[in-house]
Amino acid sequence: MLLWLCALYFVAPLVWLLIASTKDNDDLFSTFGYAFGHFNLLENLRGVFTLQGGIFLRWVANTVLYAGVGAVGATLISTMAGYALAKYDFPGSKVLFSATLGAIMIPLTALAIPTYLLFSQVGLTNTPLAVILPSLVSPFGVYLVRVYAVDAVPDSLLEAARVDGGGEFRIFWQVSLRLLMPAVLTVLLFALVATWNNYFLPLIMLSSSDLYPLTVGLAQWQSTSTTGGGGAQALFPLVITGSVVSVLPIVAAFLYLQRYWQSGLATGGVKE
Amino acid sequence: MRRKQHIAAYVFVLPFVVVFLSMLVVPLAYSGYLSLFQVRLVGGQVFSGLANYAQAATDPAFLQGLVRMAVFLLVQTPIMLGLALFFALALDSSRARGAGVLRLLFFVPYAVPAVVATLMWGYLYGRDFGPIDQVVTAVGLPAPELLAPGRILGSMMNIVTWEFVGYNMIIMYAALRSVPTELYEAAELDGASQWRIAWNIKIPSISSAIMLTVVFSVIGIFQLFNEPSLLKSVAPNAISSSYTPNYYAYNLAFVNQDVNYAAAIAFTLGFVIMVLSYAVQLRTTRRREVTS
Repeated sequence: MLLWLCALYFVAPLVWLLIASTKDNDDLFSTFGYAFGHFNLLENLRGVFTLQGGIFLRWVANTVLYAGVGAVGATLISTMAGYALAKYDFPGSKVLFSATLGAIMIPLTALAIPTYLLFSQVGLTNTPLAVILPSLVSPFGVYLVRVYAVDAVPDSLLEAARVDGGGEFRIFWQVSLRLLMPAVLTVLLFALVATWNNYFLPLIMLSSSDLYPLTVGLAQWQSTSTTGGGGAQALFPLVITGSVVSVLPIVAAFLYLQRYWQSGLATGGVKE
Repeated sequence: MRRKQHIAAYVFVLPFVVVFLSMLVVPLAYSGYLSLFQVRLVGGQVFSGLANYAQAATDPAFLQGLVRMAVFLLVQTPIMLGLALFFALALDSSRARGAGVLRLLFFVPYAVPAVVATLMWGYLYGRDFGPIDQVVTAVGLPAPELLAPGRILGSMMNIVTWEFVGYNMIIMYAALRSVPTELYEAAELDGASQWRIAWNIKIPSISSAIMLTVVFSVIGIFQLFNEPSLLKSVAPNAISSSYTPNYYAYNLAFVNQDVNYAAAIAFTLGFVIMVLSYAVQLRTTRRREVTS
């Protein structure tokens, strides 16, 4: 019972957000936060998708592109590296693994400004690549897959596949990858959240609003709705409704894939 | 045969090594290099050795930000991790009905982007149409003013707690699930209370998972950026341009255009975070050696 009360703390703000997204600007200011007003959700949605020539849809597409390419790329790269570190004994593997472990401690945001400075030297800023490339590095993903692969892919199975004449890459694609799936999906999901929710990196890298992801775009609407006078006030319902729209896909992904990420995370948290 | 496997292994790690070097090592090296220069009115960009670091070490704006984050860490992390541990233990002993649903409800805020979480809480705190203010003033109390200068740090702690309790809970819960039940079945039969079992058996056996959450908290808190930068638009007077060290580095680089000093600040901040997280790990491993 106590736990259900505690759950209210986590859910109540989101319920407020949902209710607020159904109100127009006047009702937002004049009615109690948890009471419904005149049902205005559809108009709000229309407003979100038509404001400034429908730029919100562009932001959605950008977010999907950055998060999709970044997360899939990061997952593929870290899965291959983690697998190799766990299952092959090659010169340099120890050094690489220690470097990876050390890199987990490097604060990613503290890295963003250095990356920006470098990218502005080579003219990469204000391009999609400026957001995608840095998100391809996932030391924690490598670590997670490596820890998971040690037990999940038995050496005897690899030997048997080799005796059957399977090449190393075919074995990886057809045998090992399937066994690694829970870890792979966990890395994918967390990379997806990290890139979908990223704000700092795109904020400093991108200057034209056509390239913004949802996070930066919403923040820009928010700042015009609070600092701008006059007609700008009507933006509040749009910021709120836009927020709801941007949250839904990622929450849905978590619910849908919960079986996998919960077991995958278990590995990362338990072992050293 | 062995050779073939080595070649395969190198092909597997090659992409990671490439992005690791180009997106991590090279930027760090480049900004480390930049941090050794200063722009002077006469002479332009000149080599200045560690002058930027000397400046950072005595820069009140930077040091106040660091102290503020230390306060944040000391107050907020115990609350957040305490709640996470309590929820994880409660769900693990599975007395609660609908434990699976509860676990997801606690976790949902993690999936919400920090930008949306901060905008949302900014509205909830605010006086325009925030329900907290509506309730408090409706019962006749003075407005809580959660965005006032003296309260904003606490309000920010609440946002971060709301976002990350569930994430930390999942890590601890996953670790608890892998504690062998034989370890505490006997104690349960002997009539030991759930509290005693939690304190004497469960918590010690998940200490490495707890340490992981502490390290993640240190890393996360010292690089706080989204919350101060987004709350600034609803509480412009409460948040200075150097409110957190990371926000300070951002303002130095993009508002003041002083990239050399910003690079030095980012570097120093990264160094502080690494030292702290190693210190946390060292402390926990040493304690474990003493007890075992």
